[in-house]
Amino acid sequence: MPRKLVAVFCGMLLFGGFLPGVDCCKAAEAPPAEGGMLPSISLPIPDQASEREYLGLGAGGVFKIPEVRADLIIIEVFSMYCPFCQKEAPNVNELFRLIENNSQWKNRIKIIGIGAGNSPFEVGVFRKTYSVPFPLFPDNDFSCYEALGKARTPFFIVIKLEKHGSHKIIYSKGGGFGDPKDFLELLLKQSGLQKGT
Amino acid sequence: MSLRSVPFVAAVVLFLSLSTVARAHAVSGLFEGRVFKVGELKPIDSQQKLKVGDKAPDFSLPSLSGEKVSIGQFLGKKNVVISFVPAAWTPVCSEQWPGYNIARSLFEDNNATILGITTDNIPTLYAWTQQMGGVWFSVLSDFWPHGEVASRYGVLRSDGTSERALFIVDRQGIVRYVDIHDINARPNLEVLIRELEKLKK
Repeated sequence: MPRKLVAVFCGMLLFGGFLPGVDCCKAAEAPPAEGGMLPSISLPIPDQASEREYLGLGAGGVFKIPEVRADLIIIEVFSMYCPFCQKEAPNVNELFRLIENNSQWKNRIKIIGIGAGNSPFEVGVFRKTYSVPFPLFPDNDFSCYEALGKARTPFFIVIKLEKHGSHKIIYSKGGGFGDPKDFLELLLKQSGLQKGT
Repeated sequence: MSLRSVPFVAAVVLFLSLSTVARAHAVSGLFEGRVFKVGELKPIDSQQKLKVGDKAPDFSLPSLSGEKVSIGQFLGKKNVVISFVPAAWTPVCSEQWPGYNIARSLFEDNNATILGITTDNIPTLYAWTQQMGGVWFSVLSDFWPHGEVASRYGVLRSDGTSERALFIVDRQGIVRYVDIHDINARPNLEVLIRELEKLKK
């Protein structure tokens, strides 16, 4: 009997999404500022090998965003239900292609998306509709969204990873970023990557 | 785990579940400064009238295209998802339909269409859906006689808005799914699609 009950409770926990997965710290009043650091956010390591390879992560468990193997990480907070994000999706895909087609930046700049209030199913709909080529993570209970200051979507945060394991936010703004080429140039300039290649 | 610890675990699970369900946000920047902040509302404010297996009440309402749309016109042809949302220019509603907009193929794969209904008038619905970038499905106004269809479906709230409610009506005109949802939260899309998939079996 107790074993059955434990199984039922584990099922409930799984159904509610409380077992290891997206894990974010407490809600913030405002989005993280440029020059500052990201709140502690743990995301599930993707099941898909190609996504793990892209992020430079091993299999299983969770990871923190600064653990991604890159110099710059572009984080898009989006929602499948957000018309602005839907409109911006081709633009973000184009930014991904610009980076991946440039041998200089391909392995140094990575993009991830966090679906605010979106279930895995809803993130899947967004991924399929717009053929999103970079990893997307569900944030079903809005915990990451709240930890990132409840900013209107789409919201882009870019962090630069430092050699000693720390990081710094170099971009933190809501809304579309305009021309992907100009945006990439802006990030390269603000991060100092362009001169420090 | 012993039996004695079961009530404690149950309490923790209940707390976590409730705290998650209660949270909902309107997140899109598209509507920033354009939606009226309604605050937390009474989750459900009507008496349910329809249940699974009932015949769906027929109606004929004006649509954004200028034509009247009735549920009867889909009999024998398509399954219909009736999506009542409380009001235009309010937080959760302004994102629910844009989500259905990009999930069009999921509805069509299940031979289903959507009829979106609010108790707003046509000009308001026009401006609101234009702000979304338009939607592929019919949007109907239950403005006059005010909320008559919402009332017949048991989803008219005491302030004249409708509940956030979903009904699946099959090709025979029978109600196959009812979700009179907490007005403060967005229904789960996957649950709706899985219910549509059951109609294929």
